[in-house]
Amino acid sequence: MFHIFCPHCGEYREEEEFHAKGEAHIARPLDPDACRDEEWGEFLYFRTNPRGIHHELWVHAAGCRKFFNITRNTQTYEILEVYKLGEMPSVVAE
Amino acid sequence: MSETNQETLEQPPIKLVMNQLPDANVPFESPLHHVELTKIAEHSGSQGGVVFRELSLGLLTLRCTPNAEQAASIEGILGVALPSNPLTSITSANGELTVMWISPDEWLLQVPQDKAFELESRFFAEVSGHVSLVNVSGGMTVFELSGNDVVKVLKKSTPIDFHDSEFPVGKVVSSIFAKSGATICRTSEQTYQLVVRRSFADYLWLWLQDASKEYGLTVMG
Repeated sequence: MFHIFCPHCGEYREEEEFHAKGEAHIARPLDPDACRDEEWGEFLYFRTNPRGIHHELWVHAAGCRKFFNITRNTQTYEILEVYKLGEMPSVVAE
Repeated sequence: MSETNQETLEQPPIKLVMNQLPDANVPFESPLHHVELTKIAEHSGSQGGVVFRELSLGLLTLRCTPNAEQAASIEGILGVALPSNPLTSITSANGELTVMWISPDEWLLQVPQDKAFELESRFFAEVSGHVSLVNVSGGMTVFELSGNDVVKVLKKSTPIDFHDSEFPVGKVVSSIFAKSGATICRTSEQTYQLVVRRSFADYLWLWLQDASKEYGLTVMG
């Protein structure tokens, strides 16, 4: 079980209150009608799935219902950082 | 025909506020009406470790990111400022109104049932800009749990930490409650309010009966 710090509620809560929403920082093509199929396919389906540091989008589903980002090590399960949407992570893979 | 349509379009948008309790003769039906809490209360024995009561309150969800002007007019209507600190609540001096922090841009207002319409009407008349106030009384209900063993029952139902140092009077959290969801507010030393969804009221009532069985449950009508 994760013990996750919600940056909006300002305290740690159990994992069962949260939902993982996949990889963070995936930019939607600015003009979907004009982008190539490959670009759209990349956006919809292809993820990095790294071993090690990973930036993820989570939602505090049972609490404040706000989205935020988590930097997590997929090998050790350690949560390295929690930051709000619109902010950039300070912990990044080398 | 088209002319009338044109006229309708040019009118300013009408904000619809409906009084959900239009007349004293139209009874309000609690989601636990079939349980007949008042009858159970009559036969309830001596004081148990847990005391259950259902409160019929007016509940309104306010969503906005208030600017200075909105904050001032909202405070003018409510009599208290919106609590901006996460997980806190504020009760007005006369005890009629409680404002609970739900999320950075969402608050739950609790007022006596017959005051909800008045509050809603004043909001629409006085607060301008991007703001939403919805009467959710019909979708939610409030359980009040008190007694010496109330925390033991809560601990069985939710992962929230109820130690005094973590959960002081006035704190409010939204969390999982017995696989359902609830907003839990500590209203006094040994009193907790659960704001639950109407459709889960029966399930949670059954759950709470079972969870509090070992401490003795007293029902108040």
